[in-house]
Amino acid sequence: MIRVEHLTKVFDDKVVLEDITCTFEKGKTNLIIGQSGSGKTVLLKSIVGLIEPTEGDVYYGDVNFTRLSFTEKKDIRKKIGMLFQGAALFDSATVEENVMFPLHMFTDMSDEEKRERANFCLKRVNVVNANHLYPAEISGGMKKRVALARAIVLNPDYLFCDEPNSGLDPQTSILIDQLIKEITEEFQTVTIVNTHDMNSVMGIGEKILFIHEGRKVWEGNNKEILSSDNEILNKFVFANQMAMELKKARGNK
Amino acid sequence: MWAMGNLLYQLGSYILLLGKVFSKPEKKRIYYRQFLQELNNIGISSLGIVLIISLFMGSVVTLQTAYNTESPFLPKYLIGLGCRDSMILEFSSTMIALFMAGKAGSNIASELGTMRITEQIDALEIMGINSASFLILPKIVASLFFFPLLTIISIITGIFGGWLSVVVTGVIPVPDFNYGLQYAFNPFFVTYTLIKSTIFAFIISSISSYYGYTVEGGALEVGRASTKAVVYSSINVLLFNVILTQLLLS
Repeated sequence: MIRVEHLTKVFDDKVVLEDITCTFEKGKTNLIIGQSGSGKTVLLKSIVGLIEPTEGDVYYGDVNFTRLSFTEKKDIRKKIGMLFQGAALFDSATVEENVMFPLHMFTDMSDEEKRERANFCLKRVNVVNANHLYPAEISGGMKKRVALARAIVLNPDYLFCDEPNSGLDPQTSILIDQLIKEITEEFQTVTIVNTHDMNSVMGIGEKILFIHEGRKVWEGNNKEILSSDNEILNKFVFANQMAMELKKARGNK
Repeated sequence: MWAMGNLLYQLGSYILLLGKVFSKPEKKRIYYRQFLQELNNIGISSLGIVLIISLFMGSVVTLQTAYNTESPFLPKYLIGLGCRDSMILEFSSTMIALFMAGKAGSNIASELGTMRITEQIDALEIMGINSASFLILPKIVASLFFFPLLTIISIITGIFGGWLSVVVTGVIPVPDFNYGLQYAFNPFFVTYTLIKSTIFAFIISSISSYYGYTVEGGALEVGRASTKAVVYSSINVLLFNVILTQLLLS
């Protein structure tokens, strides 16, 4: 479990996150949703330690991650897998080398074992016959899948996904969502997904945190979200036509 | 006042970054592999152009010295000596360093800057890897290793270029040129030029890495970082050239 307590982040004089408290559960896909600029990415980066919070703490299990030194954080970071918005694959390495990279850095496996593990993860995310291609030679959807394979190669306890569907077509987005959900259940990870895609919210949102202007406005799941009477949340949710139709259909029942 | 504050801020950030760069490597074998890759990127890929520049500069220095010293009171062998000493003392270390600031410096800054804006550096940090050390240390070590080697190659090629111009144009007798090359040779000049090139290597690779690694924003900022890397590396090379010359030759 990951616990965030009273997290505040101020850039210069601008308050980007204000007193966020929440928990993210194991084996579930936890979603952070909100409009662009609401503070989702800052919250996610604060949780993983890429941004230092101004106030507040982040706990991984019982360990206060925020108070650890760079060296102490290393042990937890080895248990983290992250899928970045732009995939963040290393341009100078092939698909296979990208996935093998964490194994090179943190394991004493033989080259053969590393290759076997990398291929298993690539197969798990449905990437085949692309091992020797470079990131520039593959599609956006495939890049995200390779990045997901790299994120899970060390069997992480924590999986973070920043806007996993941005720039993807709806079909590929659904595929990525399904993969994230399956991996979360299979590896029993604490998964946190940052998104503003309502298809993802409805599809995999087992736990949802809605952020608006840096504040937590609503918390619930994909079954409760459509029946919420929170005005700000409704404004965000029903800006999407599909969700509107779903609400109407539910109303008709 | 603002400029002074900014300068101190940049200097402080640069020193802090160097602190991160020179911390203990995580896995030496991986760093060694990175080092070999950087040797190719920074050094070997520059070899061809350094050979060409040095060859022509050696020729030009020889011809200009010859045509501007047509005095019966000046012995002809001084042209060979001039070619040798100008290549050793100044051209092969400083000029090649300025050229490398443009070629390798901009390459380092744009590579690291692109990695920063495409979150590749964040990806390394998330994995618990010291990204500064992992990415920058092999570049600095490769530069420290290869710049002195490039300087030696440049000296030899430049002198050969001078000799070739004498042979082709016949501006002075070849034996006079050869005598000049050997006349009053001071071996310390080679030590001096190698010290200079080692320090220039550090300046170029570390300053360029600093500007690339600390990029914030998008493609435009990467371009700006690349330009800053070249400008500040070049200025520092010229500044340290004066300081080192005073310290080592006075």
